[in-house]
Amino acid sequence: MSEYKIAAIGDRDSVMGFRALGLEVVPAEDPEGAKAALHRLAKENYAIIYLTEGLAQHMAPEIARYKDAVTPAVILIPGREGSLGIGLDAVKTAVERAVGADIL
Amino acid sequence: MPALNVNPTRMELTRLKTRLRTATRGHKLLKDKRDELMKQFLDVVRENRELRKKVEEGLERANAGFAAAGAVMSPQMLEQALMYPKASVSLDMTFQNIMSVDVPAYHFHTAAGAVGAPYGFAQTSGELDDAVDALSEVFQDMLKLAQVEKTSQLLAQEIEKTRRRVNALEYVKIPQMQEAIKYITMKLDENERASTIRLMKVKDMLLKEAIEDRRAADQAAVETFTPPAEA
Repeated sequence: MSEYKIAAIGDRDSVMGFRALGLEVVPAEDPEGAKAALHRLAKENYAIIYLTEGLAQHMAPEIARYKDAVTPAVILIPGREGSLGIGLDAVKTAVERAVGADIL
Repeated sequence: MPALNVNPTRMELTRLKTRLRTATRGHKLLKDKRDELMKQFLDVVRENRELRKKVEEGLERANAGFAAAGAVMSPQMLEQALMYPKASVSLDMTFQNIMSVDVPAYHFHTAAGAVGAPYGFAQTSGELDDAVDALSEVFQDMLKLAQVEKTSQLLAQEIEKTRRRVNALEYVKIPQMQEAIKYITMKLDENERASTIRLMKVKDMLLKEAIEDRRAADQAAVETFTPPAEA
């Protein structure tokens, strides 16, 4: 059992609030910056990385890379522009991957 | 006809039969594993969907709160208010074993002094308090979501792997071996029949030769002992 940290990546306005909760906040305005931040955080001992959907839609390969690893868990959250449905789509994809069809 | 590059020998047959037994057993076990994984996975995924909807709603509320706070306060003030967190969150991670898949279980704890907002109330608006409150409410669910979502991803991967193995055994490996066993059995039977026939032929030939020899000898004897017709 060891200590892990939690981080949030996203545009400044979306993730600012997490700082109040004590999360590590990495503001990133474009997908390039977010990619770099994601890789950097994944190398350090961050167990959970929250990522806004707005950025996530441009960096699917980077997210897929961490999908099968135990750490970090990259979790998509809606940014300030509201839910884009990408997070729920990811759940659906997982079901399709496992079962072969969307059965839910 | 993939089975045709095996040696039709008895040794190969025994070896193949053993392998087939192992493969059938493995297939059965893997199938059981797949079914159980699937059962677990469906539970997890249902929970995942529920949680995700809840978290997305909660975050939307929190974001709306921050937007309202941003409208009332200047961006610099907002930034400043949130700059130094009072709380710090750290996470313990243990592993839970679901059907030999290691899935993480998070236990988080906030460091002491985490009560209340991390800023003074004098220069901030009430909207900000509401927003931070809404966010900390949804945060518990966010952590749970992280755990459940990671679990479902890892399980999905394992199920995919197991399913491939089951299918490979069921539709490729086992039929191939059965084919090879059948081929060897037939070949061996055929060899046996061929050698029986060969033996029968040889016996026939030997018999014929013996009869002819006997006949010739008889003829010779008859000729020797027959008195001359006209002496």
